[in-house]
Amino acid sequence: MKIRVKFGKYGGLKFVGHLDIMRYFQKCMRRAKVDIRYSTGFSPHQIMSFAQPLGLGVTSDGEYMDIEVNSTDTSERMIQRINAANVEDIRIYSYRLLPEKAKTGMAIIAAADYEVRFRYGCPFDLKEAWPRFMEQTQILIEKQTKSGKKETDIKPLIYEHYPMEDGLFLKLSCGSVVNLKPETVMEALYSFAGFTLGPLDLLLHRKELYGELAQKESEEHCFLALEEMGVDITEPMCEGQSR
Amino acid sequence: MRKLALSDEILLSVEKPARYIGGEFNAANKDFDAMDVNICFCFPDVYEIGMSHLGIQILYDMFNRWEGIYCDRVYSPWPDLDKIMREQKIPLFGVESQRPVKDFDILCVTLQYEMCYTNVLQVIDLSQIPLLSKDRGDDDPIVIGGGPCAYNPEPIADFFDIFYIGEGETQYQRLTELYKKVRREAGGDWRQQFLRQASHIPGMYVPSLYEVTYYDQGGMEGDNPAPRPELAGTIASFRPLYEDVPERIRKEIVTDVSDTYYPDAPLVPFIRATQDRVVLEIQRGCIRGCRFCQAGMIYRPVRERSIDFLKEKAVKLLESTGHEEITLSSLSSSDYSHLEELVNFLIDNFHGQGVNVSLPSLRIDAFFLDFMSKVQDIRKSSLTFAPEAGTQRLRNVINKGLTEEDILNGAALAFEGGWNRVKLYFMLGIPTETVEDMEGIPILADKIARRFYEIPKDQRNGRVQIVASSSFFVTKPFTPFQWAGMCTKEEFIAKARHVRNKFKEMRNAKSLKYSWHEADETVMEGVLARGDRRLAPAILEAYRMGCMFDAWSDFFHYDRWLLALEKWGIDIDFYNSRTRVYEEILPWDFLDCGVTKKFLWREWEKAQQELVTANCRMGCSGCGALVFGGGVCFEDKSEVR
Repeated sequence: MKIRVKFGKYGGLKFVGHLDIMRYFQKCMRRAKVDIRYSTGFSPHQIMSFAQPLGLGVTSDGEYMDIEVNSTDTSERMIQRINAANVEDIRIYSYRLLPEKAKTGMAIIAAADYEVRFRYGCPFDLKEAWPRFMEQTQILIEKQTKSGKKETDIKPLIYEHYPMEDGLFLKLSCGSVVNLKPETVMEALYSFAGFTLGPLDLLLHRKELYGELAQKESEEHCFLALEEMGVDITEPMCEGQSR
Repeated sequence: MRKLALSDEILLSVEKPARYIGGEFNAANKDFDAMDVNICFCFPDVYEIGMSHLGIQILYDMFNRWEGIYCDRVYSPWPDLDKIMREQKIPLFGVESQRPVKDFDILCVTLQYEMCYTNVLQVIDLSQIPLLSKDRGDDDPIVIGGGPCAYNPEPIADFFDIFYIGEGETQYQRLTELYKKVRREAGGDWRQQFLRQASHIPGMYVPSLYEVTYYDQGGMEGDNPAPRPELAGTIASFRPLYEDVPERIRKEIVTDVSDTYYPDAPLVPFIRATQDRVVLEIQRGCIRGCRFCQAGMIYRPVRERSIDFLKEKAVKLLESTGHEEITLSSLSSSDYSHLEELVNFLIDNFHGQGVNVSLPSLRIDAFFLDFMSKVQDIRKSSLTFAPEAGTQRLRNVINKGLTEEDILNGAALAFEGGWNRVKLYFMLGIPTETVEDMEGIPILADKIARRFYEIPKDQRNGRVQIVASSSFFVTKPFTPFQWAGMCTKEEFIAKARHVRNKFKEMRNAKSLKYSWHEADETVMEGVLARGDRRLAPAILEAYRMGCMFDAWSDFFHYDRWLLALEKWGIDIDFYNSRTRVYEEILPWDFLDCGVTKKFLWREWEKAQQELVTANCRMGCSGCGALVFGGGVCFEDKSEVR
C-alpha cells in the first residue's frame, strides 16, 4: 500500500540537511513501528521517497514523503505514533492512502508555495517595487550551463504572487524539469531595484507542494496539493485486503 | 521552540551546523534552572566522534536518571566555528541546553587519546574558564578528567581540578552529593573545601593537593643524591601536601556489570556519527594480556555481562533508537562466553527486519565464517588480522597469542568461502625488534597470498588483495613496556622504508600493498603518554601557537610542537628513547589500577626472554586485579571452555 506522509520542519531542524533527514525518517519509521516495506536483496532498504529536497536554513509546513507499507492502522493513530517517535521540530500532519497506481510525489511535483521574509528588512519599498517588477514582459536571468551562459525568462514560472504584511508570497514552478528557487526570483528583484541580494538576507518558509492535474502543456495549470491525492484511512488495513 | 546559542548567520556559514543544535532524539532536555547540579560532559573532539562514544552515553543516561541533576554535552567546535567564536567572543555552550559551559557546576572531560589534549584546552578556553586549575575561582565550574588517559594524568594535571580514576558508574553519586553539601554549607569560598573533601572519595585524584620533586641533571634533589645515576632528571618524590589526602589512588570499577547503569534509550544524532548504530558492550576488560596494550591492563579484571541482560538491552535499544545496525563492543569479542548464543539471538530476531549485525575484534575461525556468510555480502567484505608483529619470536615478546598457523588456516578457510581481500595490522618499533622481525611482515603477507593461489583456479575467487599497514609502537603507562625506550622518528621511518623495499621483493608483490602511519604524531603521542607535570607549560604553549585537533593529520603541526617543547626545555629523548630502571618513580606510580608494578616488571622481563604468559582463563598469573573481588578472577575454572 502506498502512503503519502506530510510533515513540517521547524526551528533548529532547518540546519539538518536533506540526506540526514532521509536517514532520520528511516530511524523514525522503525521507532514508530511502521510496517514499512523493504526492498529485496542483500542489504534491504526502506521503500521511501521524498517529493522535493528542502534547502539548508529553510523551514516548512508542507514537506512530503511517500512510503510503502504492508499494513497500517488508521491515519489518525499513525500520525500519533509517528509524532511520538519524532523530535519536537518535526511534525507529521497527514498520513494518507494513495491509489495503487499513483506516481510518487517526486515524479509529479510541479509547484511550491513559499513565504519570503527579510532577516534585516527589505532595503527598498517592496510594495512599490514588486508590481513594477512583475509588469515586465520578460524577467530574464542568466544561468550558467555547461556550454556557457544562457538567458532564461522566469516570469512564466511564477504562478502566483502577492506582497504580504512582512514579505512576499510566491507560488513557483518546482520539480526536476523546471525548478525555480525563491532565491532566484529575489535575486532578480533586488537587481531590478538596484540592490544586491546577500546570501543571508532572506528568511524562507515553504508552505505547500503541488502536483499538476493538467494533462497537456496547452491546458491551463491545475495544481493539487500532494496530500489531496490520498484519502484518510479510517480502519486498520492489511496488504491484499480488498478496498 | 528552543533558542539556539548561535545566530542563523553563523550556523549557515559553518560546515555541518547540525553539530551545534542539540535536540537529538532521546535527549534529556531537563530544566537547567530547576536543578541542584548541572553537569556538562565533554568529548574533546568533533561532534560525530564524540557522539559515538559509549562511555558518555552511559554516564549521560546515569546522571539524567537522578533527580535534581542534569547532564548536557559539549564537543570541540570545528576550526571554522572556533575562529568565529574567538573573534566574536561567544562563550562555548552545551549543545542541548544551549547554555554557556561556564554556567554549569561541573565540566567532565573524557580523555580517550593523548592527541586530544590541545582540544581540552580549546574547550576550556572557549568556555571562558581559566585554563589553569589554580586560576579558577568560586564562580567557575569544577573541571574533572576521566577515561584511559587519566591513568597518566600528570602532563595535563595543571588544567584539571580532579581526575576520576576508573569507571564512572560508582562514585559520581557521592561526588555530586558532596558538591551539593559543600555548596549549601560553605557559601562563597567553597571550592577549596570541596576539592579537599573530594580527595577522600575513592578514585578521586586532586592534583593540586600533591607535590612533586625531581632530581636535577646531576642526579641531585637539593642535597639528596639519587640512588642510581640513571635517575637524573626523574621524579625524586611524589607526595600529598596534607595528611588526610591519600598517597595512592585506586581505580574504581563496577564489579557486577549486569546490574548497573546502561541506557535503554541512547541519543540518536541527526548527522551521521562514526558509530551510527546500537552499541552493546558485552564485557569489560580482556583476558589476553598483550604486553603493548594499555586497555588490556587498566580494565582488568574481565567482567562479562549476562546473556539475559544483553538480550533485553538489544531489544530495547533497537526499539528506542530505530538504528538499522547493532554492533557488539569489547576488546576481544571471541572471548565472551556466550557469544554464539548472543549472535544467534541477534540474527534470528533482527536480521530479517533490515537490521545489520556486526562483530568487531573476532578471531577468524569456522564460527566467524559461518556468521559472516549469514549477515554480510562476502564480495564486499575483507578479512582483518592483527598479528601486530611479523615473526613468532616478536609475537611472543608482545604476548600476542595469534600464531602464523592460525592466520594461514583462517585465511585458507575464508578463501575457500569466497573471500579474496585481507587486511593486516602490524606495529613497527616494538622493543627487541630485529631486521628479521621487520622482514617477517612482507614474508607473512606473501605466505597468505601463496595460500590463496594454492587453491585450484576454479575454486577461488579471482585475484587476492592483501593490504598490510603498520603503525609505530608507542609505549604506554601501565603496560609491561612502560620502562622500554621508543624509537626515534628517524628510526621509525628507516624501518618503514626497509619493510616497503622488502615488500617489493616478494613473489606476489603485485597482490600486496603496504602503508604506514605518520611518525611525527607517534613521537608526540609518546611524549604525552609518559610525560610528567613539567610538560604542562609546553602543551599550553603549543595550544597558544594554534595546535588543535592534533589527532587529525591535516591539523597536526609537528613544527609548532617542537618549538613549544624546545621553549620549555623538554627533551623528547628523555621521555621517549630512554629505557627506565625499576627504581625510577614513574609519573603515574601513585595510581593503583589493580595490576601491580611487580607483575608488570615480571612481564617486562619475560618479554625480553621471549616467554609468553597464559591468558586469565588458562591460569591466573597473579597480576593483582584479584583485589577487586569480581570478574574472571572468580570464575569457576573447572568448566571447560
